Amino acid sequence: MRGPTRGYWLYLVPSLLLFLAVIVVPFLMNVGASFTRWSGVGTPRWIGFDNYTRLLGDERFWESFQHNVGLIVAMAVVPTAIGLVLAAALFDYIGRRFGTRTASALRAMYYLPQVLPVAIAGVVWGWMLHPSYGAVNQISGLELDWLGDPDLALATVMAVMVWFQLGYPVVIFMAGLQRVDPSYYEAAEIDGASWWRKFWHITVPQIRPEIFVVLLTCTIAALKVFGPIFVLTRGGPGNATMVPSYFSYLNFFQKSNVGYGSAIATVLALIIVVVTFLFLRVQEREP
Amino acid sequence: MRGPGRWAVLFALVVLAVVMIFPFAIVAINAVKSPAEYSSQGPLSLPDGLYLRGIVDFWHRVEFGTKLWNSFVISASVSVLAVVLSVLNAYALGIGRVKGRLSILVLFLVANTLPQESLAYPLYYLAKAVGLYDTRLSVIVVMTVIQAAFGTYLLSAVLGQFPKEILEAAAIDGAGRLRSLVRIVVPISRPTLSVLLIFFFIWTWNEFFLPLILLISNDTQTVPVALGVLQGERYMDATMSSASALLGVVPAIAFFLIFQRTLTRGVTVGAIK
Repeated sequence: MRGPTRGYWLYLVPSLLLFLAVIVVPFLMNVGASFTRWSGVGTPRWIGFDNYTRLLGDERFWESFQHNVGLIVAMAVVPTAIGLVLAAALFDYIGRRFGTRTASALRAMYYLPQVLPVAIAGVVWGWMLHPSYGAVNQISGLELDWLGDPDLALATVMAVMVWFQLGYPVVIFMAGLQRVDPSYYEAAEIDGASWWRKFWHITVPQIRPEIFVVLLTCTIAALKVFGPIFVLTRGGPGNATMVPSYFSYLNFFQKSNVGYGSAIATVLALIIVVVTFLFLRVQEREP
Repeated sequence: MRGPGRWAVLFALVVLAVVMIFPFAIVAINAVKSPAEYSSQGPLSLPDGLYLRGIVDFWHRVEFGTKLWNSFVISASVSVLAVVLSVLNAYALGIGRVKGRLSILVLFLVANTLPQESLAYPLYYLAKAVGLYDTRLSVIVVMTVIQAAFGTYLLSAVLGQFPKEILEAAAIDGAGRLRSLVRIVVPISRPTLSVLLIFFFIWTWNEFFLPLILLISNDTQTVPVALGVLQGERYMDATMSSASALLGVVPAIAFFLIFQRTLTRGVTVGAIK
């Protein structure tokens, strides 16, 4: 094994070729197209930064990012916060007083929505929320157009996403809690600390790495969100649930504004890379 | 907290669990009701009998068997091919420690974080140019590369810890690199590889955006794409919509039950990354 390591390069060749064809070249083509006016057929016309200046003045574009912030709350912040409390309650309260079987059964039920393809979650809720025959209106006696009312649509999509995401942090945090030294809790109990004090001073700091991973992955997922929007609302009504990914899809495949769609996708890619970088920097600085 | 307090906590957690699984239950009981029963009894009543016409009609209407097969072929091919590529890469990066491995790993990681929107149009365009548009192969190739990017990242870390003595012993016995990989590294890493395989399968099954763009015809579409596109169509009535939801939900739950043990272990593996 002490020989030259050069021969190992051979094992990378298939992936690097495929990687070039599927990731690198398409990404560069996308960046290139963002500087052109192009309908998808014919020759793209170079227009420099026009698409980007147009973006800055496009109200739909800014609104779509505001909706993204709402989805980050619904997909990352809220599930992480509720997930922490649930995981801690299941782990050191239910698990100890009612047995680990009860705790794992509850965990499995919280996790169940996560096994669905996100588009299928959209199909389930699209039916539940249907204004005329949906189960939600039939059961509650309300007559709300959950996804068709511009004032309600984003909040409804956010609620569906909380339901969808919640199980992920619960499972990750419960796994993380298993490596916390039980003597911390025992010492705190001897001191007579309340459950909330233990939660804040032991549970949260001990599973900080897991909290970071969950927040990072869920924030990225929220920035990329496409499936639920496509299935539930198609960005509507009007512009009420438009997000950047769907906005770029719309420009690519329905409006034949490939150049403009590429600019949106490029900005989105940039934002995601920057967010990832910032998260990792913050994580590095943590003790 | 003692006495009634602890029951209150349990009660609250159980109520939340019921809320979480409520949509599944509602979908299941209403998919087997007739439209007449649905409109007279509403969604909460238990079905009078098993009315399967809605499900059967919907199955034929969307050619659900074809969709299942497409999803299966794509997911199975991607999971196997992506594991093979991940192993080859991780062998070079984790064990071979080739020069510049850190930058290669970062490249793979960035590829995994990039939004698919920033690749979508060129992929669509290139697929058309090479005649792969609207074929299952196009999705297989693209998803294999995307999944392998993540697999390489994870597996390189795992193989970085691989006991060197075993490989040195094998080299003394005259085993070449390929032989060491196939006969030693792969069998020893089998638990991790099977977790990866299952993950790639389920992730590919669940994929929506790229299959939506690359697959347009009835003969090639996957389950999530076909059902997602049909959602909200005019002709869908209440029981047909719940039949659609049920047909989408059942395979996902089946995978979950089959793979559950490996999965929960796998979620933890992903968390440590």
